[in-house]
This record gives sequence, C-alpha cells and structure tokens, in this order.
Amino acid sequence: MNLKNSEKLDTFKQILSKYGIAFILVGMVVLMTILKPESFPTGKNILNILNQSAIVGVMALGMTLVIISKGIDLSVGSVLALAGTVAASLSQTSAASIKVFENLGPQPIAVAILAAVGVGALAGAISGGLIAFTGIPAFISTLGMFTVARGIVFLYTQGQPVSKLSEGMLFFGSNVFEVIPVPVIVYAIMILITAIILGYTRFGKSVYAIGGNINAAEVSGIKVKRNIVLIYIFAGVTAALASILFTGRVASIHPGAATGYELTVIAATTIGGTSHSGGIGTIWGAVVGTLILSVLTNGFTLLGIDPYWQQIVQGMIIVGAVVLDMRKNVKKS
Amino acid sequence: MSEEEYILEATNIVKEFPGVHALKGVDLKVKNGEILGLVGENGAGKSTLMKCILGIHPVTSGEIKFDGTQLKKFSTSDALNMGISMIQQELSPIEHRPIMENIWIGREPKNKLGLVDHQKMYEKTKELLSRIGMDDDPKMLVRDLTVAKQQMVEIGKAISYDAKLIIMDEPTSALSGNEIAELFSIMRKLKEEGKSIIYISHKLDEIYEITDRVVILRDGEFIGSEEIDKITIDKMIEMMVGREVNELFPKIKCEICDVKLKVERLSSGKEFQDISFDVREGEILGVAGLVGSGRTALIETIFGMRKSTAGKVFIDGQEVKIKSPADAIANGMAFLTEDRRLNGIFPMLSVKLNIIVANMNNLVNKTGLLSNKLIGMKTLEYIKAIQIKTPSPEQLVMNLSGGNQQKVLVGRWLMTSPEILFLDEPTRGIDVGTKAEIHRLITELAGQGKSIVMVSSELPEILGMSDRVVVLCQGRLTGILENNDELSQEIVMKYATTKVS
Repeated sequence: MNLKNSEKLDTFKQILSKYGIAFILVGMVVLMTILKPESFPTGKNILNILNQSAIVGVMALGMTLVIISKGIDLSVGSVLALAGTVAASLSQTSAASIKVFENLGPQPIAVAILAAVGVGALAGAISGGLIAFTGIPAFISTLGMFTVARGIVFLYTQGQPVSKLSEGMLFFGSNVFEVIPVPVIVYAIMILITAIILGYTRFGKSVYAIGGNINAAEVSGIKVKRNIVLIYIFAGVTAALASILFTGRVASIHPGAATGYELTVIAATTIGGTSHSGGIGTIWGAVVGTLILSVLTNGFTLLGIDPYWQQIVQGMIIVGAVVLDMRKNVKKS
Repeated sequence: MSEEEYILEATNIVKEFPGVHALKGVDLKVKNGEILGLVGENGAGKSTLMKCILGIHPVTSGEIKFDGTQLKKFSTSDALNMGISMIQQELSPIEHRPIMENIWIGREPKNKLGLVDHQKMYEKTKELLSRIGMDDDPKMLVRDLTVAKQQMVEIGKAISYDAKLIIMDEPTSALSGNEIAELFSIMRKLKEEGKSIIYISHKLDEIYEITDRVVILRDGEFIGSEEIDKITIDKMIEMMVGREVNELFPKIKCEICDVKLKVERLSSGKEFQDISFDVREGEILGVAGLVGSGRTALIETIFGMRKSTAGKVFIDGQEVKIKSPADAIANGMAFLTEDRRLNGIFPMLSVKLNIIVANMNNLVNKTGLLSNKLIGMKTLEYIKAIQIKTPSPEQLVMNLSGGNQQKVLVGRWLMTSPEILFLDEPTRGIDVGTKAEIHRLITELAGQGKSIVMVSSELPEILGMSDRVVVLCQGRLTGILENNDELSQEIVMKYATTKVS
C-alpha cells in the first residue's frame, strides 16, 4: 500500500516536473478568472493576449533553437528593427513626407517581406558564421551584431521613423473575419513549422546533439559548423518575421524600435524550460513561457497594478523557473 | 621520531569503490631520501594508491603512517601541510597568472593591512626558484613557460610546502631528452637534501636510471619490491603483466580476405609520424602502445577528427580523402571513442536519439522528414540485439550504467552498417560480464567480414582478440606482430618501450 502511494507520488512528481511550467500558466489563468471574471476570460481578451504574444513568441521560437544548441542571440531586437525599417522603407506610400527612398513608390508586400527575411538571414549568417568559424563565444558575436545592426538602422533612417505604409503592410496589424488578429495566425503557423523542424528533421535533432555534446556531434558525422550557421539564420528569420508583425501593428517603425526585446525573448525561452547548459528545450515550452509573460502583463493591467511591479515579478519568475529546472536536473544525476 | 628510517609506511591498504576492488591490501614503504619507482599496468592501482596517500580517497581499511605519525581521516590540505605533495601527470596551472601567484595561491604573504604583499611574494619566489636552478622572473606568466618549466614551478610549489615526500606521476611524458635530464638532476638534488620521491612511470629505462628501488603493482595487489640493481627489465615486465589470459576473450579464427584499409606513411604533427599498416576483411588488428604513444591520435586521424600532415589512406585500393568524421562515415567507417563523456554520449538526450544520431540519413520517410515509426522500430531492434538494459528508449543516457552507455555507442555505430570499425579502448571501465559480451560482439563482426582496428592498453585484451598487433612507441611504429602462440605480453611490452630515433 505504502509502495503504491510512493509510486503514485513519483509519477505525480514526474508530471509536475515535466509540465510544471504549464501548471504555472494554468494557475495564473485560473487566478485571473477568479479575480476578474467579467473581463479576463472573454474571447476578446484571450485573443488580445495571443496577439500581444505574437512578436516575442515568434522570436522565442528561434531563440529556443539557439539556446538548445548552447548558444545565445542578443541581436534579435536590433535585427527586428533593421529588418522592419528595410521592409517599411519599401512600403512607404507617396503620402509620406519623410521617405527613405525619395522616388520609390510602395512595393508589393511580398518584396518587403522577402527583403526583411533576407536582412534577418544575413545578420544570422554573419553571427553564426563568426561563432562557427572563428570560435568566438555566441555572446560576443551576437553582442557585436546587436550594436552594429542598431547602428545601421539609425544610419539607414537618418534617425527618422518610417511611416505612411502600404495596405499590404498594414494587413499584418489587422484582423481576419473581423476577429482573429493576423499576428496570431502567423504565430500559429510558425509554431507548427518550428515544431516540425525541431522534432522531425535531421537538422532539428542535430541542434539537440550540438547542444548536448558538441564533440560527440562532430564524431557522429554531424556537420556542426554548417548547422550552427543555420541555427542563427533561423533566429534571424524569426526576428525578420516578427518585424513585419511589429511594423504592421504600429503602422510605422522608428529606429529605436524593439530595444530590449532580446531580453524578453530570452526570458520567455528560459521560463519555458530551455536549458542554457544545452541539449534541453521544447517548442511548447517556448510558447508557454511567452504566454506566461503575456498573461502577467494583461493581468496586471486588468487589476490596475502599477506596471513597474510587473518587471519585478517578471524577474522573479525567470530566476524561479531556472532554480526549479536546476533542482530537477540535480535530482536526476 | 624524525630518525625513523621510513618517511611513509602504508600497510595493507584496501580501497573499494562501488563494484570495484581497486586495492586489495597493498604495502608501500618509502625511506628517507629515497627515490622509489612505482610501476604497473594501467588499472593496476597506482593512481588510486597515491590518491589514498594524498587524502583524496579515504581508505577502506589499512594504515598509513607518515613521518612517524599515524594518519586517520585526513584531507588533501592536511597531507600538504604535513609534507606530502604530488606533481600531477596533467598539469593544471593558472595559465594567465604569474609564476609567483601560482606558487603561493591561497597562502599569499600579507602586509600589515592584510593585503597581499607582492614584494615579499616576489622575493620568496625568487629564492625558491634559484634552489631548483630556475632563473626565470617570478612575474612571468605561466602560459609563457615550456611544459618542462611549468613542471619545475610545480616542484617549486611542492618544496614551498616544505614537502618531505613528493609524488611524481608520469612527469616525463611531455618532456624532451634534455628536459628529462634536467628534471633528473633536480630530483637527485632533492634526494641529497633528504627528501623522498615516489616516481611513477611506464618508461622502464627511466625507472632504471633514476630510482633506488622499485615497487610493482598488478590488479590492485602488491607483487614485489626490489632494489633497482637487483632486477632486470624482463623480470619487471613479467611481474607487471604476469596474468593468465582466460575465457574473457572468445576469439574465433575467422577467414581473413582482401586488404580493406591501407594506411601509408601517415603523420599528424608531433603526435605520430610515418606510420604504415593495413587491415584486411575479417581481421582484428590490435594497436598497442603506452600512454602517449600516439595510438588514439592515429585512429582519430584516419577517422578525420584530426588533420594529417602527411601520408595517404586507401580503402579497397582506392585513395580516399577524409577531412571530417562525416567523410569517414560516408566511407563506411565507425569510431567507438575511448572517452565516452568527451565525444561519445549525449548525456542529457534519450537513448533513442543517442542511437540514431549517426544514422539520421537512413531514417527519413518520403517527405524527407524523420520517420518516428522507423526510428522507434530500429531503436528497439538494436536495444534488443545488443541487450542494452534501459527501462525505455526515452530514458536519458546519463541514467544508464557505464557498460550500457558503451552499448548504446556500439548500437549507434552498428546501425551505420560500417565496414571498418575503430574501437578505442572498447572495454575501459566496464564490468567483466559486459566486457565479455562486447568481446563476443567484436569477434562476430569480424566473422561477418568487417575490418576491425582495436586500440587497447590492456595487453591481455590485445593478445586475446587480435589477429595481428601494431605496436607504437612515442609516435613511431615499432612493430607489426603476428599474434601466434609465441607472441607474449613481454614481447609486446618490449616493442612498446623501444624508442625509434
């Protein structure tokens, strides 16, 4: 009888440690539903939360791959701004008084998106290439890109916001069928694509292998350098897609846009259980981590709590999540 | 009490680790002002014994008496303070700090304010270095010193603790001839000052040159102690390896066919030079040599993990250019590593992923995505075939025993259907039962016509398993021996200690 109980307790503990972070999200949702039954659990508010999650969420998908591979990407906020201003500059209508390209009319949205993705991929290729081929730490490589990309943004825009954008760009800030925000749809598609990449491709398994033991990965015939470059390209592309969502929502982009986003993205990924010691992490974790941050923001707003408190609580959640995660790993070994 | 003849008297030392009986009642006595040689095969218990004396491992039973005092429960810092120092085989200096800080770390001289007194530290270091014949500036960074000088700094550090007994573990493995002579002259000087030294080495000629007496260990047992001028090298080798080769090696004679892999005058920098040999289909080629002989570097180079600086590799008579492990795998090679943790297992990943990681190209479905169904089936097949004991394929590899981790690696490589297998210490740190299983597997693979190159530091394994034996010494090929009835451990050992200039 005793044995059975302790077995039950063990399974319970296992479930708790595996899905612990999801329980925290559910707990927050339940708490908010009790505290604000009239405003929190409404369809509109839920969609609002998802919409608020999309930009950080898309980038957290890329960051998850980076961190699983035992890397870090500090440049995603700057790359978002760079890709966003490039895309916006190609989408300015003639109504704009300050234009990046004086005589250029609005280009098709596909061109703008491709340009943004190209910029993101290039930035990622440079960061990843430096890590793979010179051996410098990811922290340094992407710290360089963080500064350089932001510098280019200011140079490119001459410090002016890029506004008066084409219909195609503004679509990414609108709703389909009047209710579902486009960013939510883009986020959902990206979750699906990333989950497939990470779970069902050789590249995805290689990401785990590289983070789990880079020497063993090399000996097992994995092309480590090429894969590291691809990982950072992917992170750059997620930043580029996030830039389209950002620009569409705000209907303009200013050169200081998305400052500090890299830290929110790293926070979301970390809360989601992706380990900075490499080899551990999931896409659903990244999604849950992002949603926890969004529900927190939303909840604090609805409850009318001083938004400064939010930062304090957010910081505590990050540290708390990692402490729990470490304890979990210590117990196993 | 200081007039005691012996500085160290260790009696009947027993040390058990979970599942391993590392020392089975060993005696070790060191006289004042004596240089004692300590020899034995890898795994004979030399390092464990030294760690017991240094207080790193508590002994299971037995007595340790140092300088007339009975030692009970003591720590490494206790041992240091009493005057026992060890110079490790692998030095780990703080490379970016000066010599003087390396020597006085943790006990830096202080001034009246309680701050570090750099001037005093400098002078004390200067004096210390001159005692061992070093005239380098104490402010020089340790990373700018040669390995030999780094070793001198370690000896200086030992003296600074006023060590009465200095243990040296393979101190010459990274030194050149002149540097060795220099080290020996310092050792003799220390001896004149009345200090005692335990000198551990595989190089028996050095044991002859420098020690007064030699103690031989084998399989955790004390085999003998002889004055150095009363024992021959042959006798020493016999005492070191004198062990019966038993059923642990179920070698079956297989049909040996054509040459599969041919290596021609291969070199890799300082690691090894000018090595040629071939392996045939169905053959098990043993590679023997002492630590530092270049045996691991040799197969790592063939497998593309290191750059070769000269030479060619042929498979089936065709020259192949292998620049990375990926190339090697594409050419039908597999590599079972000596160091599971370093470049073998992915501890935090599942058994499943650990097994398929080198095989992902063959596990995709029509859409180019990995097929979970195929992965699951294949993984289970190999878990069954090589009897990996794991509760499920999803179990993390770090939760398996060493033997089962090794089997996971074996499974990984067998799944690639290799034709040439490089096995580096395939049974290191594995219990006897699993050992025999892995040996059986190796023989079976040879029976299927695969070519096997097996590096091992255990001579019984080499003799029990191989058809021919390649012997290396200090990066040079010293012999390719047919494994017939006349081949003995003594003969292999002789080739392994023959220097080629």
